[in-house]
Amino acid sequence: MRGAATHAKWAACAVAVALAATGCGGGGSGGGSGGGGADGVVRSSWGDPQNPLEPANTNEVQGGKVLDMIFRGLKRYNPKTGKAEDALAEKIDTKDSTNFTVTVKKGWTFSNGEKVTAKSFVDAWNYGADLKNNQKNAYFFQYIDGYAKVHPDTGQPTARTLSGLKVTGPQTFTVKLSQRFSTWPDTLGYAAFAPLPRAFYDNHAAWLSKPVGNGPYTVQNYTKGSQMSLRTWKGYPGPDKARNGGVDLKVYTDNNTAYTDLVAGNLDLVDDVPAAQLKNAKADLSGRYINTPAGIIQTLAFPYYDKAWNTPQAAKVRTGLSMAINRKQITDTIFQKTRTPATDWTSPVLGASGGYKAGLCGKACDYDPAAAKKLISEGGGIPGGRLKITYNADTGSHKEWVDAVCNSINNTLGNDKACVGSPVGTFADFRNQIGQKKLTGPFRAGWQMDYPLIQNFLQPLYYTNASSNDGKWSNPQFDKLVNEANADTDTKTAISKFQQAEGVVRDQMAAIPLWYQNGSAGYSDRITHVELNPFSVPVYNEIKVS
Amino acid sequence: MGRYVIRRLLQMIPVFIGATLLIFLMVNVMGDPIAGLCGDRQCDPATEAQLRKDFGLDKPVWQQYLTYMGHVFSGDFGIAFNGQKVIDLMATAFPITIRLTIVAIVFEIIVGIIFGVITGLRRGRPVDTSVLLLTLVVIAVPTFVTGLLAQLLLGVKWHVIEPSVSSAAPLGELILPGLVLASVSLAYVTRLTRSSIAENVRSDYVRTAIAKGLPRHRVITRHLLRNSLIPVITFIGTDIGALMGGAIVTERIFNIHGVGFQLYQGILRQNTQTVVGFVTVLVIVFLVANLLVDLLYAVLDPRIRYA
Repeated sequence: MRGAATHAKWAACAVAVALAATGCGGGGSGGGSGGGGADGVVRSSWGDPQNPLEPANTNEVQGGKVLDMIFRGLKRYNPKTGKAEDALAEKIDTKDSTNFTVTVKKGWTFSNGEKVTAKSFVDAWNYGADLKNNQKNAYFFQYIDGYAKVHPDTGQPTARTLSGLKVTGPQTFTVKLSQRFSTWPDTLGYAAFAPLPRAFYDNHAAWLSKPVGNGPYTVQNYTKGSQMSLRTWKGYPGPDKARNGGVDLKVYTDNNTAYTDLVAGNLDLVDDVPAAQLKNAKADLSGRYINTPAGIIQTLAFPYYDKAWNTPQAAKVRTGLSMAINRKQITDTIFQKTRTPATDWTSPVLGASGGYKAGLCGKACDYDPAAAKKLISEGGGIPGGRLKITYNADTGSHKEWVDAVCNSINNTLGNDKACVGSPVGTFADFRNQIGQKKLTGPFRAGWQMDYPLIQNFLQPLYYTNASSNDGKWSNPQFDKLVNEANADTDTKTAISKFQQAEGVVRDQMAAIPLWYQNGSAGYSDRITHVELNPFSVPVYNEIKVS
Repeated sequence: MGRYVIRRLLQMIPVFIGATLLIFLMVNVMGDPIAGLCGDRQCDPATEAQLRKDFGLDKPVWQQYLTYMGHVFSGDFGIAFNGQKVIDLMATAFPITIRLTIVAIVFEIIVGIIFGVITGLRRGRPVDTSVLLLTLVVIAVPTFVTGLLAQLLLGVKWHVIEPSVSSAAPLGELILPGLVLASVSLAYVTRLTRSSIAENVRSDYVRTAIAKGLPRHRVITRHLLRNSLIPVITFIGTDIGALMGGAIVTERIFNIHGVGFQLYQGILRQNTQTVVGFVTVLVIVFLVANLLVDLLYAVLDPRIRYA
């Protein structure tokens, strides 16, 4: 190491000379981030969005971050509590949980001056649902009547607009759902339901290169793949005005580099502290480090299309496996406490009133090697004799925890060949193998909530043939309870019905809950009032620049 | 000469087709890219089918390849998954990487050859030994170690430079990354030049030149260096392509949005259009650089003739 250090010093001297000679040091990163106060600009790290930036086409955090800044929908999730609160919605009325009348507040405009009307919503939703537009979030509109005609599973669509949507006045429209769904209005805070201005349809390419919305920020400048400069929109009529001058989102090739830049003072906010730096983050940033729960749960899912896993005996094995995993040790050592051992199948961000129930999993999630060993042997042992946990090796450092989980299981069973990790090269290939039902053992599954509702943690994942029911689990009792919960007009009883359904998931151990994921962020001493919302996205409009 | 160039250009065609076909197949073997597009959930089947059709992924591979090549020859490199044209991605990425490569090559040529000449002329002296030791260290330490160390010391500890390069990537900010990128090749250039010079310094024509009473600098530059540069030029020529394609590590460390970054993203997202497009251009760069090197031989040593 001595040699390397000497060399670096040599190189350093050479470069220092070269830099001095050419007279062009670092300097001037990003566009004009000069003053502080209300005009100060926050410099934040960003990842290159995977899809074009359209509300109904953005399904990952990086694109969602921008939509959250430039759009406001009918509802907005409170950044602290996660509760759906009215934003542009004056009121949403229903008598039967199927037909809704939506009134849009007056006085709101897009940043180009165009008024936000009922039509802005209805057109946007029709656009999002239309199969011809290839929107990846189209399924968000699946509960609206007429979806099957606009977006059939196979073949060509027979309609261009949803029959369940009707504009009834300048600021009012009605929605007819195809089934009863009592908490449907609470889903409307999701970005896919944002209103869109005419400019979106008239000149789509131009809109994509510089999106126009109705949120507290406007896009000043967007260089795809490298930087987006957002500036505060002075005319924003909402109550959650931005308390800074704007945000510069800088794309980083590697979150380690972003972290280095933060430490060096060239960046104000990193909302994804790299795993390798978690140990140092507290000391490096002297307290300017956030680690708060987010609506993300990690589980191990099972392939129920494989007969061996779909027996009453296998349920015992799954429960046994769950008890064989030492969650606390893994979250403490591998994740540096940025994960919390899971004791149910939802997330703490829902809060007790929203349906989170600590300890719902009960003994089945406690580390108990003796009971685990007994249960697994009662259930006839691991199907196929060996447990292979499949994961993708390209992102997210999944290898470490999968190996740890396997270790835990192997130690319990006293057999160091009982469980092995089975890496898949890329995420796409991993999803591919799941989609083609090729897996024969458990696989890693992560669920990031779309909206903070208990329904969102259960129905898409465990309902028969639901969109993210990758293991193809099916249970009539669970389906029945979910249907009843959705039909219930009283939120409280609906939630307790959902919890009963969650009990079915527990008794069958449909998926092994591992841990709740936290959002982690670090920030510079230039900014204050930094918080992460339940989606682990920074609440940019609250940040103050000093 | 003209005939030689034409023959070489014609030889490029099969190499070009072979290389692109290989890359195309390799990316294809990795699996279905659409599966990863919808995040941790399944795309709904209808959208999936529609996307597959739009990207032409529903056709057999040979047909995809033929369509793709047909488009390439008309200058259309397809569309990346984020909706951008691949040609636009290239237009932003290549200038940056070319700048980075130029910085690296300039370091290689100037520093490498100067060190090589000095050590070659002073064989066995302390200067020679210490430079040799230094090159040994540089070759032995992997690029990412040098890169991260330089970034940590100069960027974070001493504040001489910014630890990351801004998105415009002006030349000044690329000096350190360029040096890091060049470091290993630079050491090789030094060693190649040194041994070549050391060998030729005792040859008859150098003795003749000295005996004629030519000034020392003229002997070195016109006679000694010119004849010693052939292996060095060969190395530098092939290195151009290697530097551009191999910049992934350096570009990741210093946050440079160049070819390496785009290739990395493309591979991660299994975006055939991006990967094949960029590799195609890199193959062309490599082939052209090789041709130029071969042609330079004749300039350096007129005895070399092309039939």
